[in-house]
Amino acid sequence: MAILLNRSTRVIVQGFTGKIGSFHAEDMKRYGTKLVGGVTPGKGGQTHLGLPVFNTVKGAVRETRAEASIVFVPPPFAADSIMEAADAGIKLCVCITDGIPSQDMMQVKRYMRRYRFEDRMRLVGPNCAGIITPGQALMGIMPGSIYLPGRVGIVGRSGTLGYEAASQMKALGIGVSTSVGIGGDPINGSSFKDILKLFEHDDETDAVVMIGEIGGPQEAEAAIWARDNMRKPLIAYIAGLSAPKGRRMGHAGAIISAFGESAQEKVEILKEAGVVIVPTPSSFGEVVADTLTRVKKAA
Amino acid sequence: MDIHEYQAKELLARHGVHVPRGGLAYSPEQATYRAREIGGGRWVLKAQVHSGARGKAGGIKLCANDEEISSAAEAMLGRKLVTQQTGPRGKLISRLYLEEAVDIAQELYLGFVLDRKEERVMIVASAAGGMEIEEIAETAPDSIIRATVDPGVGMQRFQAREIAFGLGLEDSLIGKATETIFSCYQVFRDYDASMLEINPLVVTRDGSLVALDAKMSFDENALFRRPEISELRDKSQEDPRETFASDRGLSYVGLDGSIGCIINGAGLAMATMDMIKIAGGEPANFLDIGGGASPERVAKSFRAVLGDKNVETILVNIFAGINRCDWVAEGVIKAIREVGVEVPLVVRLSGTRAEEGRRILADSGEAVIVADTLAEAAEKAVAAWRSARNKKAA
Repeated sequence: MAILLNRSTRVIVQGFTGKIGSFHAEDMKRYGTKLVGGVTPGKGGQTHLGLPVFNTVKGAVRETRAEASIVFVPPPFAADSIMEAADAGIKLCVCITDGIPSQDMMQVKRYMRRYRFEDRMRLVGPNCAGIITPGQALMGIMPGSIYLPGRVGIVGRSGTLGYEAASQMKALGIGVSTSVGIGGDPINGSSFKDILKLFEHDDETDAVVMIGEIGGPQEAEAAIWARDNMRKPLIAYIAGLSAPKGRRMGHAGAIISAFGESAQEKVEILKEAGVVIVPTPSSFGEVVADTLTRVKKAA
Repeated sequence: MDIHEYQAKELLARHGVHVPRGGLAYSPEQATYRAREIGGGRWVLKAQVHSGARGKAGGIKLCANDEEISSAAEAMLGRKLVTQQTGPRGKLISRLYLEEAVDIAQELYLGFVLDRKEERVMIVASAAGGMEIEEIAETAPDSIIRATVDPGVGMQRFQAREIAFGLGLEDSLIGKATETIFSCYQVFRDYDASMLEINPLVVTRDGSLVALDAKMSFDENALFRRPEISELRDKSQEDPRETFASDRGLSYVGLDGSIGCIINGAGLAMATMDMIKIAGGEPANFLDIGGGASPERVAKSFRAVLGDKNVETILVNIFAGINRCDWVAEGVIKAIREVGVEVPLVVRLSGTRAEEGRRILADSGEAVIVADTLAEAAEKAVAAWRSARNKKAA
């Protein structure tokens, strides 16, 4: 089933009746996502976009058997919403919200560890574009039309740069199994490594494109893991070649503050781990195509 | 967001950390007056700029009398201090801090950061203070003590005590050091700091423990709940281009090149800047217009980019998901007609309503160079910039 999300995943929206929540809920429904309801405290019992509204996530899970939740709640309350989802038995939570304080995210991650591993919710984001399994379901804010269904996985921090990669691939007839945005914050729910593990074990994914950027240790960590554990080809691009040290480039996490965090240093670490490098952001399509051809020949 | 040394010391002192007696001055007269207030016979005059490494750059002077204070203050005020950390443009000195000089017996390092690997607050300490932490890591790596804080329960006293003993301090100082470390952690946590560095933390000859310097940064995502920190913002320390943009809600970082960038999404913005560099140009800025940008917001972005006099070409690159290319195109036309765009302009529109957007540009009759792909956009921008340069030279 690709990874994380398919056409039968039962999804609710937290922050359902707000402007942003409503807009994207409609978009997701149109794409084919199995949306079963939403949560807005104080509006329980109402109907919105033809779906039931609940006061609590627990209530929504009880009535709709929802297993996944997407969060559009404003930054001051978003951490609370994620923890509510974790406590209500939601299995997959995607948080789109940009601007959550780092200390709140530290607490969220600590809170999630109170559940046994097999009961623990998987968080994707915050500050991300979400997840799409093309042709099946969308749990995010990306434009569905630029993705062709197929067998290449995408995982990236940035939303729009992920669109760029997917559309270059589509132009060459290459489709996507699932695309996952892990977000631009310094502390996030799922790391590159977490998502690579899922793609490696997915029968419907043949290769993975990883789109990283300056700042933090996650790309290097993923590369080392891939070198030791991954049989499928891993293709990567790192944004921020021209970014100066110590300056935050838009994303809260995109800042070079330690050794190994610049684009050049990350590319070196990835190369050494045997990862195929996409040298420029305009060559996603051709590098993926070349890699797939090479793999086919070898097999 | 960064704050000044004197502001960080005020915060720390309020929570029980010992700092030298000192006072703020905006003029040489005020600085000498502060010396009378503080008392004693030796003072240190420190330029208040958002940067470390001020000493080597001439931003810190030891003074023994009024004349020395006065002339040092005269020399510093109104000047731009260029340190290893400020970049060549430097930072304006408009505030000075005068402190009593302290007799130093030993210099220690104490730092608090958000550790992204552990996803916790990490404390870093060393008995080899006085130099940058990178230098300590190189010359005395074994002296570095690290500990992380469980966000569920916060820092425990035993952790502060372990660090105090680990620093090899005399028994009489262990209690003071434990309190200092613990208080710093509380300030870090209670004000949503992202970095707190006391370098050096000194043991004085009379056996007390004093924060001789203090550097703090704060999590911008948490400022909404820390109004007392937001108030400490000093715009004179920011790049004026960035202040203009941030006052208008735009995410902008000023750079030194001459191709201005207007892009949606931080990742695509960085990638476009990389592409400009690969094509042989240099980006003038990072600018993310964000999602759902209205024509007005696009026009504002043009104002921010054109506020930089080094900009000789503009590249607009939009891959619209929640954005609408027709709105962006309207914004581009609005900017040309209302703001005035005297430099070559390259626009690439992709994604939601790209066709409509391109039609609006074509129908406008304005001189817009249109590109279909990221590579083409960067190449056309660099080519347009080169030919504009050549024309100017000729």
